Amino acid sequence: MAFYVVQFLTGLASAASLFLVASGLSIIFGVTRIVNFAHGAFYMLGAYVAFTLTERFSGALGFWGGIVVAALAVAVIGVLVEMVLLRRIYHSPELFQLLATFGLTLMVEDLAVLIWGPDDLVGRRAPGFKGAIDFFGQNIPSYDLFLIVLGPVVLGVLWLLFQRTRWGVLVRAATQDRDMVAALGVNQKWLFTSVFALGVFLAALGGALQIPRDAVNHAMDLRVIVEVFVVVVIGGLGSIIGAFVAAVLVSELNAFGILIFPKISIILVFLVMAVVLIVRPWGLFGKPEAPARRTPGLTVNPWRPLTMNERFAAIAVLVLAAALPFVAGNYLLTVGSEIAIFVIFAVSLHFLMSVGGLASFGHAAYFGLGAYGVALLAKMAGLPMIACLLLGPLLGLMGAAVFGFFAVQLSGVYFAMLTLAFAQIVWSIAFQWVSVTGGDNGILGVWPEKWAASPSHFYWLSLGIAALAVVILRIIVFSPFGFALRATRDSPLRSEAIGIDGKRIQWTAFVIAGTVAGLAGALFAYLKGSVFPDNMGISLSVDALVMVLLGGVETVSGAVVGAIVYKALNIWLVSQTDWSKLVLGAFVVLIVVAFPKGIVGTLEALMHRRRKSSSSVSPLLTSRIESAE
Amino acid sequence: MKLTVKDLNSFYGPAHILFDIALEVGEGEVVALLGRNGAGKSTTFRSIVGLVQNRSGRVMFEGRDVSDLPTHAIVRGGLGYVPEERRIFTDLTVEENLEVGRQPKRAAAPQWDREKLFKLFPNLGEMRGRPGGRMSGGEQQMLTIARTLMGNPSLVLLDEPSEGLSPKIVEQMVDAILAMKKEGVSIVVSEQNLHFARLISDRAYIIERGRICFGGTMAELDARPDIRDAHLSL
Repeated sequence: MAFYVVQFLTGLASAASLFLVASGLSIIFGVTRIVNFAHGAFYMLGAYVAFTLTERFSGALGFWGGIVVAALAVAVIGVLVEMVLLRRIYHSPELFQLLATFGLTLMVEDLAVLIWGPDDLVGRRAPGFKGAIDFFGQNIPSYDLFLIVLGPVVLGVLWLLFQRTRWGVLVRAATQDRDMVAALGVNQKWLFTSVFALGVFLAALGGALQIPRDAVNHAMDLRVIVEVFVVVVIGGLGSIIGAFVAAVLVSELNAFGILIFPKISIILVFLVMAVVLIVRPWGLFGKPEAPARRTPGLTVNPWRPLTMNERFAAIAVLVLAAALPFVAGNYLLTVGSEIAIFVIFAVSLHFLMSVGGLASFGHAAYFGLGAYGVALLAKMAGLPMIACLLLGPLLGLMGAAVFGFFAVQLSGVYFAMLTLAFAQIVWSIAFQWVSVTGGDNGILGVWPEKWAASPSHFYWLSLGIAALAVVILRIIVFSPFGFALRATRDSPLRSEAIGIDGKRIQWTAFVIAGTVAGLAGALFAYLKGSVFPDNMGISLSVDALVMVLLGGVETVSGAVVGAIVYKALNIWLVSQTDWSKLVLGAFVVLIVVAFPKGIVGTLEALMHRRRKSSSSVSPLLTSRIESAE
Repeated sequence: MKLTVKDLNSFYGPAHILFDIALEVGEGEVVALLGRNGAGKSTTFRSIVGLVQNRSGRVMFEGRDVSDLPTHAIVRGGLGYVPEERRIFTDLTVEENLEVGRQPKRAAAPQWDREKLFKLFPNLGEMRGRPGGRMSGGEQQMLTIARTLMGNPSLVLLDEPSEGLSPKIVEQMVDAILAMKKEGVSIVVSEQNLHFARLISDRAYIIERGRICFGGTMAELDARPDIRDAHLSL
């Protein structure tokens, strides 16, 4: 019995940090409507800075002062980020905001390694809380008790801040209607900045307070952000009480899940989240959101099928690409195959997020499922390659069918967070279920059969499938199904009013996208001869997002160009620098801020303008269409 | 002139909404902006306070060009705005709603505080702690006006204050607007209801399809039934 009480208290202690970070995320979202992906990075920075400060300055004052100063210092960094980066993208579609803050996360990860090194750092114990208290023969660290008290105290302070101060009243008002607050003479800029500072302070404090409990490392940002997403989705984005209750719930589920179902401890939390989302899609304490802004939507260039000339041009490019084996060596052909595979992956995500308006942050899950499908079929069932290539993607299809069903119940940022969480489940299954997936060691020796084994044959195979995938998805875009999907994307209410079952259409699109991604993963497994959990990791999901973005979110097939350019660049970059995340992150931020239309989108806009200028239409009309909403 | 608007053009996306709007409001005057649904009344107000991004033209307020200022700066300068859809903060209490509108006192403008506003709108005084979401439409309309007055404006843009209110509440609204006028607040009120406008206004403009097509005193408007019938539904 005592053991369970102690386990319960451990859970409560973990909840404290989680609550700090989640409440910060919630507060920031409430006012700015930005889901700050970089929140985990601020949490991590808080821990690193606190580690440095508490090592440097001794004594109780050095420790507690170091923790507070670390949180304040990181809050200052947060303010800089808000002023320099976020202010430029408050009016961008939410996908861009998520991506920009994600780019930031990548940069911070590499910077942390650059400054503090790649190894785990173990901080010192908290002065005055070094011991443990005996509870019927079980030990409870006294620092845990401190954290258990701290959580409700912070909740109370935040409550007072929001209920009893003018600043709090303004923040609550802005959470509901920020334009109206501006129309009453309040400078939103500073309100946003101060809110962001508070949110980052809480995240950094949460990280700093973890150092006596956990080692500091450069992977803690993603670990915490996934948990925090789960917490705010369960508790309701924007609700501080919700963040508290959900943080306790999630922490206790973790604490007891390990005892009761050790194999599926991670999944347990996600199962609870799925149940909450079905019963209350806006979370336990949240409020239903107004329909989200359209995800793409910088311009209104209507899509059209290719003209005859453009079709010939596309075929000519394909023929040229097919001629590569006659001039290139094996290395280039392998790179070419990889690029072709990522074209498939990118167009599948593009189909979901540009055509369907559903920006998935966990699309790699279906890529990885396809890869594992092939690997398992080939290694365990010993099926021939053709059968594997046909059946492997079915695992992606099934995953997409299950997760997609839940995910399409939501939209916008909730959709993004949920897809990310699902991808993390799949990743952790692959990572934990060692007896089947080989865990971190992956599954090796998945080689293509003789007919496809040579680099040139495999290249042709990949290229052919890529071309087929692009063509089929294009046909779907311009089919009645595609029209219905785009109608649902552009106006859920209106399309529902003309009898379109939006959820079913979106679910179907999700399954199609997942299956095509699975196909890409299947090819990838054969290309590499192995599969690893990283084949479904977050960074792969983000790669796909960046490819789509780089090509142009609002184009019909920009993802093809985006994938080619990005993958080529990426392969080159990785061979050139050890700090690829830093460069990649900076690249993502740069695209979002300076280049939101992507390569193809920019070209289209240029051509559009040339056509327009000949027919002399006021440039005012074409310039700022996005304010139409 | 308290407020001068010249050559105001506004766009929603590719759509041109307002065409060369020109308005003038004198010190302490109540001016009605009349027009049918969709004529451009709300867009005119939103453009004046900078809530429509895509606009051109000049807005002079108390001799200062405010065309390029952000919304909050225009409002802080003493130009209050009461939106059509009320937009009260439903989670906040009456007193908290007023708090959001509070701005420092301004020497040249009439000054308001909570107690003075509760005298002007006695209903509100009786429900200080009630959340805005649990008030009737009329009470919400009173609250939006009171909230804007907390900023001590010298001029208020009132967007369709009588819309959707019962005759009895409309009477109270007339009294409140006249009381504001007596305090020295200049007012531009947009209306579809000529009868209501006549009770409170000194002058009127008529807007139709984004263009001002009449401007003059109420007497001048009454002398032109043709204009009235062509541009206003009775």
